[in-house]
Formats: sequence, C-alpha cells, structure tokens
Amino acid sequence: MKFAVIVFPGSDDVDMYRAIKDELGEEAELVRHDAESLEGYDGILLPGGFSYGDYLRAGALARLSNVMKEVVKAAEAGKPVLGVGNGFQILLEAGLLPGAMKKNESLTFICRPEAIKVQNNQTIFTSLYEEGEVITVPIAHESGNYYCDEETLKRLKENNQIVFTYENNPNGSLEGIAGIINEAGNVLGMMPHPERAVDELIGGTDGLKLFRSIVKHWRETTNVTNA
Amino acid sequence: MSQMREPSPEQIKAEKIYREMGMTDGEYTMVENILGRLPNYTETGLFSVMWSEHCSYKNSKPILKKFPTEGERVLQGPGEGAGVVDIGDGQAIVFKLESHNHPSAVEPYEGAATGVGGILRDVFSMGARPIANLNSLRFGELDSERTKYLFKEAVAGISGYGNRMGIPTVGGEIQFDPCYEGNPLVNAMSVGLLNHEDLKKGQAHGVGNSVMYVGSKTGRDGIHGATFASEEFSEDAEVESPDVQRGDPFVEKLLLEACLELVKSDALVGIQDMGAAGLTSSSAEMASKAGTGIEMNLDLVPQREEGMTAYEMMLSESQERMLLIVKEGREQEVIDLFKKYGLEAATVGKVTDDKMLRLIHKGEVVAEVPVDALAEDAPVYHKPSKEPEYYREFQAMENVIPEVDDYNETLVALLKQPTIASKKWVYEQYDYMARTDTVVPPGSDAGVVRIRGKNKALAMTTDCNSRYIYLDPKTGGRIAVAEAARNIVASGGEPIATTDCLNFGSPEKPEIFWQLEQSAEGMSEACRALNAPIISGNVSLYNETDGTAIYPTPAVGMVGLITDLKHITTQEFKAAGDLIYLVGETKDEFGGSELQKMKYGKIFGKAPELDLDTEVKVQKQILSAIRAGLVASAHDISEGGFAVALAESCMGAKGLGAEVEVTGNPVSALFSESQSRFILSVKKENQAEFEKMVDAKLIGQVTGNPVLQISCNGETVINQQVDELRKEWEGAIPCLLT
Repeated sequence: MKFAVIVFPGSDDVDMYRAIKDELGEEAELVRHDAESLEGYDGILLPGGFSYGDYLRAGALARLSNVMKEVVKAAEAGKPVLGVGNGFQILLEAGLLPGAMKKNESLTFICRPEAIKVQNNQTIFTSLYEEGEVITVPIAHESGNYYCDEETLKRLKENNQIVFTYENNPNGSLEGIAGIINEAGNVLGMMPHPERAVDELIGGTDGLKLFRSIVKHWRETTNVTNA
Repeated sequence: MSQMREPSPEQIKAEKIYREMGMTDGEYTMVENILGRLPNYTETGLFSVMWSEHCSYKNSKPILKKFPTEGERVLQGPGEGAGVVDIGDGQAIVFKLESHNHPSAVEPYEGAATGVGGILRDVFSMGARPIANLNSLRFGELDSERTKYLFKEAVAGISGYGNRMGIPTVGGEIQFDPCYEGNPLVNAMSVGLLNHEDLKKGQAHGVGNSVMYVGSKTGRDGIHGATFASEEFSEDAEVESPDVQRGDPFVEKLLLEACLELVKSDALVGIQDMGAAGLTSSSAEMASKAGTGIEMNLDLVPQREEGMTAYEMMLSESQERMLLIVKEGREQEVIDLFKKYGLEAATVGKVTDDKMLRLIHKGEVVAEVPVDALAEDAPVYHKPSKEPEYYREFQAMENVIPEVDDYNETLVALLKQPTIASKKWVYEQYDYMARTDTVVPPGSDAGVVRIRGKNKALAMTTDCNSRYIYLDPKTGGRIAVAEAARNIVASGGEPIATTDCLNFGSPEKPEIFWQLEQSAEGMSEACRALNAPIISGNVSLYNETDGTAIYPTPAVGMVGLITDLKHITTQEFKAAGDLIYLVGETKDEFGGSELQKMKYGKIFGKAPELDLDTEVKVQKQILSAIRAGLVASAHDISEGGFAVALAESCMGAKGLGAEVEVTGNPVSALFSESQSRFILSVKKENQAEFEKMVDAKLIGQVTGNPVLQISCNGETVINQQVDELRKEWEGAIPCLLT
C-alpha cells in the first residue's frame, strides 16, 4: 500500500514517514504542500507538527494550501485519510471533520503517554483493536482541547463517530474526545500520535494496529495482492 | 534611532561616546592606533561589540586556554560554531551549551526561545542535523510572583521554540536558589548528528567568492545584545524591549532544512550563524579564520525596517539568519534552493584578499577595519585573582551533621525541595518524543537517544551544583564534571566529550575571577581524568544584580556513547527480588547539601570531597558491569543523598518498593552528599559475577510491596508508602506555582 505523507512548511513528517516505512514496511512518500495531485496514493496521512508555525489558529493556514484541495478530493473518493495532531487540526479547519480545537485547559503544551479507549472498532482504522480496548499512545500538543456544539455532539454519538476517548482527560476535551471519524468512515482525526507508538524500544507498539487496520482494509478491498 | 544623527569621530572621542557602547578608554586608544585615525560611529560599534566579553572572551581567554580540548575522538574543538566528536561508522556528533541569561531576565519567553534558536543554528551551521536539545536553568526560590513568572515563561519559551522545530528536548537540570533571584540563568544545549563528509566550517576562503545572506530580514531588534550581555543589571536599568530579540521557530525550521540541503552542495564554501553581534561577527570571524577579507554592500542586505543605518544593520541581532560563502558563479543555485523553502537569499558581498572588513552603504565606504583586529586580535586581559575571605572561613570549619528529629518527615521535605522535586511539570511541556528516537525520556539520570539504523545510542546530560562550587570552586568544578559523567555511566554510556557554559559574576572583582580560575581548573582535572575533553563552550560573565553575584555556575553538558542498545540502563528498579547495592563511601558531608540549606537557610563549610582516582575506578567498574549485562538499574547519588536517590529508584517504578539496611550515623547514611556513589540493582542470578566486578555493598532488595523501608544499625528509620512519596515529589512544583 502506498501512502502520501503531506508536508506543510513546519510539519513534523519524519515520525509518520518512519512509522510507515521502517515499522509497517509499506510504501510512503513525502508530498509537498504545493503538490497538484494525489493520484496514485492509496492512503493520505496528515502528520503532526506546527504547519506555518501555527501562530494563527492551529491548522488555519495549512488548510489553504494547494494540496488540501486534493486531500478533499481523495476524501470524497473514499480513500483513507488520517490526520494526527496538527493533521487533525487541519482536517477540522478544512471542514472534513466537525468541531474545533481550543488550547489545552492547562494552557501549556503537554507531552506524555496517555491511555486512550477504543470506542469504535468498526472502522477501517480500528478493526484490529477490540472494542473498549485501552491502549497507550503519546500525546504532544498545545491545542488538543476538542470542542463542538451540542447538535454536532449528538450526531457524533448517534453515528458512532467518536472513535477514541481519553481515560484521564489531559486537555479538557469535550467528553474526553481524542479522535473522531467522518460519517462516511474514511477520514479519521486524532490528537494522540499512533506513529509514535510503533516500536517496543520507543514508547510501545499500541499504535501499530491502527496502521495495520488501514492496510488490511486496503488489501481486502483491492484486487492487488501486495504482500 | 534612525532619525538621530550619528556623532562625528571627533565627537565620539571628545564626549567619550564609546563608553556607552561598553568600550574602555584604553580600548578606544587601541582602536585609534590600529586604524591610524579616529573610528567613525559604525566602526566604533563594530569594535565595541566584537571586543565585548560575549564575543571576544577577553577576560576568560586565559582560563579557557587551560581546558583540555583534544582527544582521539575530537574532530573539532572550541573555535567553530560547536565542537565535533567522532562516534564511529563515519558519523560524528556536534554539540554545545550556550547561555541566554540576560535576555531571559528581561523577557523570559523570547529570551529562552531565542536561546534555543541560537544554539540550534550553531549546530546546523556545522552541517549537522540537531537530534536532541537539553538545558540548564537557574531561578530564585519559587516564592515570589516575579520568579514564578520568569520560570513559567522561560519553560514556555523553550517549549515553544524547541517543539516547533520538531527537535526533542530530552534532558536538563534546574536548581533554585535565592542567588539567582535577580539574575536567572537559561543555558541551552543542542546535539547534532552528521556524516564526516558533511562537516562545514565558518571560513571565508576563496578570493572572489560571494558572501550571501539567508534567512529572516534584518530589523532593529537586539542591537548591541552582546554588549548588553556583558554588563551587570542594576535596579534602575529597566531595559527597553528592542534589546531583546524575538524568535520565529517556523522560519528557523525552514532555514534548518534549507541549510542541511545546502551542505550537500559543493557550491557552499563556508557557513556561519549570525548570532551575537550578527553580521559583524559572522563576517569578521569567517574572514579572519580564513586569512581573507570581506567587502559587503549593506544596501543589498534584506531589511525589515526602513532607513536602517550601517551601524544598526551591523549590530542587529535579528534571529534566524545565516551568512554563507558561496563559490563565484553558483549564487543562483543557492537562491533557488532557498526559494524552495520560501526563504530569501541575497548576495551581499565578496571575499577579498586584503584582510579588511569593508562596508559600503549608499555608495560610500562606511567602515574599513582589519578583520583580525576585530576577531583574533581582540584584547586579552589577565585579571587579578584573589582568594575570598569566605573561602578561608569555610575551609576552617569542621563538618557539622545537621540535627534531624524525624527521618521520615525530613525525607518528604527534601523530596519537596524544588531542586529535588520531580520536574515533570517542566519536561511534559517539551516534546521529548519528536523524531521517535528518544529511548530514555527526561526524568532518569541522562536522556538517551538512539542513532537510527545503528546499534548504538547517545546518553546526554547537563549538570552543575553551584552550591558546592561556591563553597569550594575547584572541588565543585570537579564534582560538576564527575556528576555529569556519573549520569552518562549510569545510563550505560561512556563519556566522550564535554561542553560548558561558564556563568559567573563580574570578572573585574578579583574574588569572582578567582572562582572562575579555580572552578575551571577543577573541571579540567576531572575532564582529563574521565577522558571527556571540552570541545565547545560559552562564557557568561557579569551575572550580578546590584553588585551581588550569582553563585559560580559553570554548567556542564556531556555526551556519552552507548555502544549497544542492550546497554541502555535507567534509574528505576525493575523487579521484586532484585538485590540492591550501594557503591561508594558515605562520609559526614553536608556543606552545600540540600539538607543543610533546608535546615539552616544557608550553606557553609566544606564542599564534599572528590577523589578523581576513586571516581574513575567506580565509573569504570559500573560501566563494565552494565556492559556485561549484570545491572538492572543504576542511579547516581546526588542532591539529597542516599535516601532521596533510593526513593527516586522506587518512584520511577510501578508497584515496587525497597527494603535496605545501612550503618553509621543515620543522618549521614540517609542525607549526606558524599560523592562517587551509586545505587544499583542486580538480578539474583547475577550476584556472584557482579560482586566480582564491582566493589559494592549489598544492602537489601527490591520488594513487590510499594514501601520504602530503610533501617540503620538495626532500627527502622524510614518507612514510607512509595505512592505517597511520589505524590509529594511530583506535586511539589505545581503546588508552588499555584
């Protein structure tokens, strides 16, 4: 499976790229913010970092990048799109996912391993997890305090779009929301960093199943055998 | 500023205007002699900033010369942006520790942030990719609003800059003491990795080659920052904001990527950061090191503000800028490369053969001075040195064991001392996991970062207990280096090189100069003994407020090589049933200890002794045992003594405790700060082999019950729930901040 890791100026693409190439053993290419096309990629990954420095609202400038038009197209075409950290913030700004991010309640950046619960394992991103499974995945963000209005929250719940929640809410997120998926089920945004939990030596391997779920789905739905 | 008419050369002399720029009468006369005429305003500025302590090390040079700077691994010692050490496989590491004290005292967020930015540029200007950051911080006690503000903002600044760069901050140290109340210290360290062939230097070789300017535009920020950093604070000197630079980590990240792409190109001849004294130091130093000259047309310098004078451009310390020497005719390649990253590159001058720095502005030569006079040949002073009265008094004192009524209470109180308390509140604000190579995050003895694709890792630490150094600078200097090495060894590494940042008071005072001299000597002795030469460093003098100096604080940064990932060791206990060993001799030593400070509110007496032969032997034994796979956990004993170290080994583990038996005076056994000591845990099956290798005393074992129990001479002196201890230890700093 071939992933595009989207690189905005200021992105931290290296963790995601390494996770796919070194740990998952799949293909990954870095694709610049000014790219004209995402043709030929089977999955789109928006990594963490601080696109354009995030001096404005996190992700607010990145969503105006050229490549985001292509990301929207890919999402509409049903390709898996995963945004992590800053990537999640960009997906929110781009309107591919509902809601917004506020600064953490502490008003400080927080970096630490966090226990999160898999609320919905019926997605292409989480099929290899058990429902209710608690995994440890690091967070590293300053604006991860998820917020949406009541109506949106109601809809998220009804459609089972809340995929991950924090066990010990670290940032003030509404209902401890750590990750949500779109209604179509192919766009996932999450603040915890699964790409930083793919190696026993560095923070455990609880994030691996997420990437493997994506690959599994792709193999099942494509005729190509890529193994 | 631009509206002001610049004073004429005659006026500068008659009205002694050079004094306002920090130049002495004697220095001004030297400039007159060098030029054979009166310097104009711009030239006076160039000399004053280049001859400031910050740029010229004029007061500290005689001391720095004595540092051991050579070793078989050293590829580049002091003198370039940062030092370079070989780590095998054609790879090398580049690192340096640098101060940003004065800006941080005025504007802590930007001061600390740009401190990080500056040290990063020093590292990547050598062609290395920064892979980890550390820091060494000093503040007053967390009891005033001002100190809390300085502390919070400095941490936020480090976090804001380092995190945006995507470089993990993996370690550091913080000490709190009233002596830093008015003059906090912010020292930042960065470690970079490169392949030998990518090593670049800041040298302007090749007459006719182009001088190129890349990065942010030049503004009026930070003018005369280097001079400012070479002065004391006084109460009425409320500094205006233009003296402090503002950082833009976003631009720095682009600059980093662009520069690392550029170093692969043979179009690049030399590269240097525009740090302190900006355009002036980068151009003059690059030319001086190469034996050439540089001519620049300042009209071509990208400018952020209108109407800037030559003086302002040359002395600006705007951030995120680099000066390049590029082969003649290859300029467009460089412009195109930087454009790809959204950055501007401009050709602003050329390399000449006349060893002059010649500046042209609006068609006129506005400065023409010999580069060597600015750089290499800056004046050097041999300041008088005098043993202070207090030192003699302290040396004459007998060691006093503080009285302790309740050992349990005392242990808890020590764990809550901010210097000892958990720094989680701080390091969780740093993205210590970025780049996913951090094997041991902050909180253990040293941060450990693996070298991707190789079976090896780097252990890195910063250390300096300034209380010992104040009491006895030479011994304290030795201890600072030895403790850094202990942290490396306890993590499974072999110390390979050292960097330092000498933070002191005013060298004009013979007693302060003596502290500087003595501590540097102690550091040198320890670096030689431990085979960890000093490859880079920085000096920050005049750290005084209203005439009172900080404790002498020569912060030490050290990097060690871990030759097999299996050797990586951490301080927390691993499994119930493991045997606990104490290495080293415990004496009645409380001078400068946490217990002494807590009990008496001041420090006095002798610093703990340090025998370097013992230190080296102990460290060698422990490293051998770790490499033989015999050690489950290792932790050096430092501030707070044995009981604190043992508690730390328990608190870092989950659901484990310890039951140990020690002898001697209980206060000393628990809280003395004797040196060259470690707490190790060892699996039972390794007992015999371990005991053959290490001179250690078996004192007890790790228990599956999370209780810390210490008996002394048969009586229980400490009995504490580990969870309770952890709560106090982790809660102390957040509690002080609210």
